[in-house]
Amino acid sequence: MTSPRDLAGLLEEWEPVIGLEVHVQLATASKIFSPSAIAFGAEPNSLTDPLVMGMPGTLPVFNRAVLALALKLGVATSSQIRARSRFARKHYFYPDLPKGYQISQFDEPLCENGHLDVIIGGDLKRIKLSRIHLEEDAGKTTHVGASSHVDLNRAGVPLVEVVTAPEIGSSAEAGEFLRSLHRLVRWLDISEADMEKGQLRCDANVSVRLRGEDRLGTRTELKNINSFRFVENAIDSEIARQIRLIEAGGRVTRETRLWDAERGQSQPMRSKEEANDYRYFPDPDLPPLVVDGPIMGEILKHLPELPSARFDRYQRIHGVSSDDARTLVGDRALADYYDAAVAAHPGEGGRMIANWVLTELLGALNASDTPIAKAPMRPHTLAALVVLVENGTISGKIGKEVFEESYRTGEAPAAIVERRGLQQISDPAALWEVIDRVVGANPKQAEAYTVGGKDGLFGFFVGGVMKETKGRANPVITSDLLHKRLGR
Amino acid sequence: MTTQFWSVADTARRIAAGEITAAQIVDAMIARIRAVDDVIGAYLAVDEDGARAAAEEVDRQRAANAPLGPLAGVPIALKDVLVTRGLATTAASRILEGWIPPYDAHVVERLRAAGAIVLGKVNCDEFAMGSSTENSAYQPTRNPWDLSRVPGGSSGGSSAAVAAGLCAASLGTDTGGSIRQPAAFCGVVGLKPTYGRVSRWGVVAFASSLDQVGPLTRSVADAALMLQAIAGFDPRDSTSLDAAVPSYADAMTGDVRGLRVGLPQEYFEAMDDEIRAALRRTVAALVERGAELVDLSLPHTAHALPAYYLVAPAEASSNLARFDGVRYGLRVEAPDLLDMYARTRGAGFGPEVKRRIMIGSYALRSGYYDAYYKKAQQVRTLIKRDFDHAFQYCDVVLTPTTPTPAFAFGAKSTPMDMYLADVFTLSCNLAGLPGISVPCGLTGEGLPIGVQLLARPLDEVTLLRVGGVIEAAVGLGDRRPPGIGGAA
Repeated sequence: MTSPRDLAGLLEEWEPVIGLEVHVQLATASKIFSPSAIAFGAEPNSLTDPLVMGMPGTLPVFNRAVLALALKLGVATSSQIRARSRFARKHYFYPDLPKGYQISQFDEPLCENGHLDVIIGGDLKRIKLSRIHLEEDAGKTTHVGASSHVDLNRAGVPLVEVVTAPEIGSSAEAGEFLRSLHRLVRWLDISEADMEKGQLRCDANVSVRLRGEDRLGTRTELKNINSFRFVENAIDSEIARQIRLIEAGGRVTRETRLWDAERGQSQPMRSKEEANDYRYFPDPDLPPLVVDGPIMGEILKHLPELPSARFDRYQRIHGVSSDDARTLVGDRALADYYDAAVAAHPGEGGRMIANWVLTELLGALNASDTPIAKAPMRPHTLAALVVLVENGTISGKIGKEVFEESYRTGEAPAAIVERRGLQQISDPAALWEVIDRVVGANPKQAEAYTVGGKDGLFGFFVGGVMKETKGRANPVITSDLLHKRLGR
Repeated sequence: MTTQFWSVADTARRIAAGEITAAQIVDAMIARIRAVDDVIGAYLAVDEDGARAAAEEVDRQRAANAPLGPLAGVPIALKDVLVTRGLATTAASRILEGWIPPYDAHVVERLRAAGAIVLGKVNCDEFAMGSSTENSAYQPTRNPWDLSRVPGGSSGGSSAAVAAGLCAASLGTDTGGSIRQPAAFCGVVGLKPTYGRVSRWGVVAFASSLDQVGPLTRSVADAALMLQAIAGFDPRDSTSLDAAVPSYADAMTGDVRGLRVGLPQEYFEAMDDEIRAALRRTVAALVERGAELVDLSLPHTAHALPAYYLVAPAEASSNLARFDGVRYGLRVEAPDLLDMYARTRGAGFGPEVKRRIMIGSYALRSGYYDAYYKKAQQVRTLIKRDFDHAFQYCDVVLTPTTPTPAFAFGAKSTPMDMYLADVFTLSCNLAGLPGISVPCGLTGEGLPIGVQLLARPLDEVTLLRVGGVIEAAVGLGDRRPPGIGGAA
């Protein structure tokens, strides 16, 4: 695109306002209103029953398993939970909507006024959620030549729709929000949230206004953002389109646009004028959804510490860097591993354990493509190894060797150190003896260092001592004694 | 042996005693349907093979001394809005023509389990919308008492079949009087249970918050037996009531001493003189047997009709959205999707159904919901409160079932005239109460007159008890419709 100014230039004058609507599939075994099973990739229309097919006389029965999952998200986002929410029918005609209406929630949603703390840079930014509601998914229509095929396997799959306030200020923030939400639902174990399987889908409402302006501009709804890679691109492209349109004297029309990832641009799908009147009304087949104290008690009792809280704790209590903290909370199994290792450490080994987990452990796991949950080294073993390094029993370098062996064989680090005699040599007399021997054997280099001022040779002697001691020499004491022996 | 007017209890007892086989009963019924139903037009489909097979099964069980169900061998007819596995179910609409359901309605399962034999499916107004069965897309049904008159509706096939001895009993559905009004027109007993007493699973929905299945029978005792078979909690219907089911046969004590009978003034303002006289005789008979009269007012009665004609069409417009030509029933092919919908629904629905879809869609339009549907629901609450209040002073409310006896075909020339035929029966559905219509005499022209009784929620027992006393005192006795081989 040839333009006098790139997006960064445009954004000096213009402020984007973004709101996201994210659909998350809840991981239940059966559908939200029928006993039909849920699976990805099954034979088309094999996961249906008379209700899913929208046959006359069928009635929805709410799957209680859905409620617990949705409530976890509601609580984790500090949402207000309605004691009585309602299902409503949302009407439109489409072949993959079997009843001619979708059972959703309208003016009485399950959750309202929550927020999600999103890690942006080293900080947490709070993004408000206007609502989280329950609904059933529609089926899937594929067009093959002149005919269309409808697969109802997905019809009736439980979804939560998470709607943010229109307060997201950039595509980068939107992307981070989506990643944070993705992490949270997996963290809470309520969804697999695999975007490629459509288990997490994002629509974005985008508008722009001049900086300093209070009123919101006309928004467009961007649909079909179904990959993390596209979020920023899709939103940036829409922001730029709107600004250029306005600057050229045009007006943004309220419309729904479909993002085409391959062409990297959006196309109008339907305008507001053509849009449906959904004729919402409370579904008379379903009583109000009641959330009472005992249900909430159960949810609260089993709610794990959230990623944002751990991100904060790792930095504040354990002194972990914000980058490392972010990596640790990127995956609940990893964070749980880390916490277990820290708990097994008798002192405060948080920072050092983070290093070992993120470098040695993740390195070894990645090399063999092993998930953290199947790590052959248990957290307490890693903690024990860190203790050996911290108390000087072995050096860090030997520690890596011991890690490698323990990871491979499962033998306890202390046993490996004992069996192989890997204890660090910290006794100055013993080290002096070795140093004396190494220096004595290399008189030319000693002179070049001491007299000739070749500083680089210091490492040569350290290496010699390490070689003599098979790496067991305490590096700090060795360095100290070497300086004395070489005279500078 | 003329079996056609045997009671439900009698039929079951004689089969159990070996006086007659179920196969003989079914053969006699089929022969009678062949002889008489050309004139009446009650049946849309007679399942001769299915009925014979079911009869043989009953006879086999009896021969094997296996325990027989309480309705073993009793031949019944089902209103064609009740879904039957393997047996076409049309709701008397073209749009469902050719649909063979893969499942049985809950009530059908229950009747089959009790040993009842399904003879076939009987006519009704299309999707149960109407008061004369003239809205059937397939055929008119004639009133056995006067072939120039309608049998009432929407369960007119049921009432006519029961009155003409074309089955021992029938199930109908009642959304605004569709069991009680045709029962009154045809001189039979029609019971609408409390909303939630009988599962709606497998009932082609008209208005979900009003629909209820109930029996049409030739006696109050038969109604009790049929209700016993179909009442009770069903987890597949979320509006089903999880309440104990009493013994309805035990309800018929014949004793009304001390019973407080409420007479709401609003229901005695406009009606035919002959109906007024019959009601007076009925009330006098109750007083003679020890009942007390209570003059009542149900002040919101006048609002029942408008409230009903918002709630019912609104829900119907939603419930009928599923008939889109995509998955089952009629499809009129067209080059594009929207056209296919329009042509299918245009050809598949009759004028009254279209009218109600239009009214309902209008009432649910965005911005109109509060003024119409919500307001109507508030009126329902007021009507329900009227009854709650009334039942502090009486045990049963007594009213005429209809303002006139059965009218001639084509007599109700405008929709409004037709709607007014239900003016006494609507409140019962809006309030979710149980109601019954019991014959209480004939007009000078020999047309049946019905008295309606309404009771507290789940108090069907009182309806049956009082209905039994009325039946004994002022009922039709052995009088049968003349001229159709009915005069025994």
